[in-house]
Amino acid sequence: MGMYEQLLQNLITGITVGSAYALVGLGFAIIYNASDVVNFAQGEFVMIGAMSAIFLNAAGVPYVVALGLAIVITVAVGMALEKFAIEPARNASVVSTIIITIGASILLRGAALLIWGKDIYGLKPFTGEQTIHIGPATMLPQNLWVMGCTAISVILVKYFFDHTKTGKAILACSYNKKAAYLVGINVKKMLLISYGLSACLGAIAGILIAPITFFTYNAGVMLGLKGFSAAILGGMGNPMGAVAGGLMLGLLESIGAGLISSGYKDAIAFIIILLVLFFRPSGLFGKSAWERV
Amino acid sequence: MYRAVTKGLTAVLFGIWFALITTVFTAMPANASGTIKIGSFLALTGPASFLGDPELKTLQMYVDEINQKGGVLGRKLELVYYDTSGKAKVAKDVVKRLIKKDRVDLIVGGSTSGTTLAVIDIVEREKIPFISLAGSIKIIKPVKKWVFKTPHTDRMAAAKIFEDMKKRNISKIALITGNGGFDKSGRAQCLDLAPKYGIKIVADESYNNADTDMTTQLTKIRSTDAQAILNFGFGKAPAIVTKNVRQLGIKLPLYQSHGVASKKYIELAGDAANGVRLPAAALIVAEQLPDTDPQKPVLLSYKEKYEAKYGPVSTFGGHAYDGLFIAVEAIKRAGCVDKAKVRDEIEKTKGFVGTGGVFNMSPEDHLGLGLDAFKMVEIEKGAWKLLY
Repeated sequence: MGMYEQLLQNLITGITVGSAYALVGLGFAIIYNASDVVNFAQGEFVMIGAMSAIFLNAAGVPYVVALGLAIVITVAVGMALEKFAIEPARNASVVSTIIITIGASILLRGAALLIWGKDIYGLKPFTGEQTIHIGPATMLPQNLWVMGCTAISVILVKYFFDHTKTGKAILACSYNKKAAYLVGINVKKMLLISYGLSACLGAIAGILIAPITFFTYNAGVMLGLKGFSAAILGGMGNPMGAVAGGLMLGLLESIGAGLISSGYKDAIAFIIILLVLFFRPSGLFGKSAWERV
Repeated sequence: MYRAVTKGLTAVLFGIWFALITTVFTAMPANASGTIKIGSFLALTGPASFLGDPELKTLQMYVDEINQKGGVLGRKLELVYYDTSGKAKVAKDVVKRLIKKDRVDLIVGGSTSGTTLAVIDIVEREKIPFISLAGSIKIIKPVKKWVFKTPHTDRMAAAKIFEDMKKRNISKIALITGNGGFDKSGRAQCLDLAPKYGIKIVADESYNNADTDMTTQLTKIRSTDAQAILNFGFGKAPAIVTKNVRQLGIKLPLYQSHGVASKKYIELAGDAANGVRLPAAALIVAEQLPDTDPQKPVLLSYKEKYEAKYGPVSTFGGHAYDGLFIAVEAIKRAGCVDKAKVRDEIEKTKGFVGTGGVFNMSPEDHLGLGLDAFKMVEIEKGAWKLLY
């Protein structure tokens, strides 16, 4: 087994894992865009999506319906978070709001622990477990689902921001809240939609990777951290940058571990992120600070 | 077997009863009245609660049962326990409390190696018998005068695996472990023991226990000339490794540690788990043991009682059973709860049939289990199959 074959396998793994990071990162970027707030409960959305799907399915709800319902539940949680925790504190500073999201993530994790316990759960793959061979490398049908669904989600989000009135209104809020308000945009509603959309993307990520990995009540912590890194790497506030950042992070981890050492897998990825931030503080695709003003 | 134990117990109690009648008025030690206090500190909440929960349930169930049958030495047992959440600092505090305030006669507890190792100093200083329920070999090696333990060690698991590999003429293996305490300790034991079995570790990969995918590490392993893969870990990661091995089409034999010896692992890994070999406590294959096995009746009795009351058994609760009964037997042999005498009797435990194996302790060995205490198990069609 030569270098080339190994690299190919690492590429597949990297893109799959990176897709999940990309969706989580995208969720971070959307909320950051709308309100300058880093929502640290983003990882919890992933966990709630996956766990809801697993438990609805186990409770006898048909597979596809369970997946759909899980997304609905997560969106409801995301919107409730905005309505009952973020909105009442709308006059608070950005830092205070970020602290609120940290509190919310602890609350959601605790609730998940009470509802679902500490056990580990898995989800049945979308379509079988027949290994697909691509030359010397192998993948599961679920890998394709992860990549495909991520691509579709990203395209839809892009379309939403570029071509719909609501999407443009959210972008307007990100540039200048007061001005947006003055031209008649319902800023409160836009924020609510942003949280809903972020939760939706989180849930999709969770459902997609649940059959590959397994979920526990605290699985959102690590995924949230990786998604956050993706968003930082791509440039906070640039949704497509976050997607690129996620894919890069996945590839860095996988190829770094493959070529250098798996013991330093996370370290390699984080060192590169630090280097990027050192030379380009606003991320690879981030707008420089003065552009935003 | 269990009946024999209870019969013996009643006989002993009967003898003690007579002895008491004749001597009660002449020389009654100050502490002979009242209860025998067994102290315990367990991880009942927190990440290690999957250990502490069955341990406490087991202790409570058997303390009640012993008391219903008249107690030990004619005195009732009293269980005094505290939750450590698996934290070493808390363990230190509650053990001091057990010794100084509750004045327990001995301690059976310490769900995790971390909490156990943290209290060894206190236990040694206060000179109180302590039977730990945690895995690490460091607890009993080097030997500490007052400290004993009942669970198998990771070193034994590694030795058992290497023994099986030798039988299959495997001499080059790939090791893959996580970043948790259990993983790291297991890895260290594997690296240390492998040369003694003539086994070469050609790849030594690691992963983060929260990782979602291990194909990268396994791809690397695939490119080596390893003849088998050994994964030391517990939780969800070994299940992901197992799935990834099959997904990559790797045909090498896969070994897991005793860390995955629960139904959950088979459930998570699904079909991919078939063919996986691991060393495990006899409890999970109790029904398959030959009738001549002395452990079989003990295991079946424990399993039946526990499952009737609480649901599926785990080997962890079994460690508590072993600890409690080794203590009770030692107290009976000592004929009192004098700490030094009880300690001496625990050390003299010979041929005690527990859930973990047949215990033969000595001044050099405060665990007393041989490699035969581990059973080599293979997963076949989603069920455990006892190999030997």
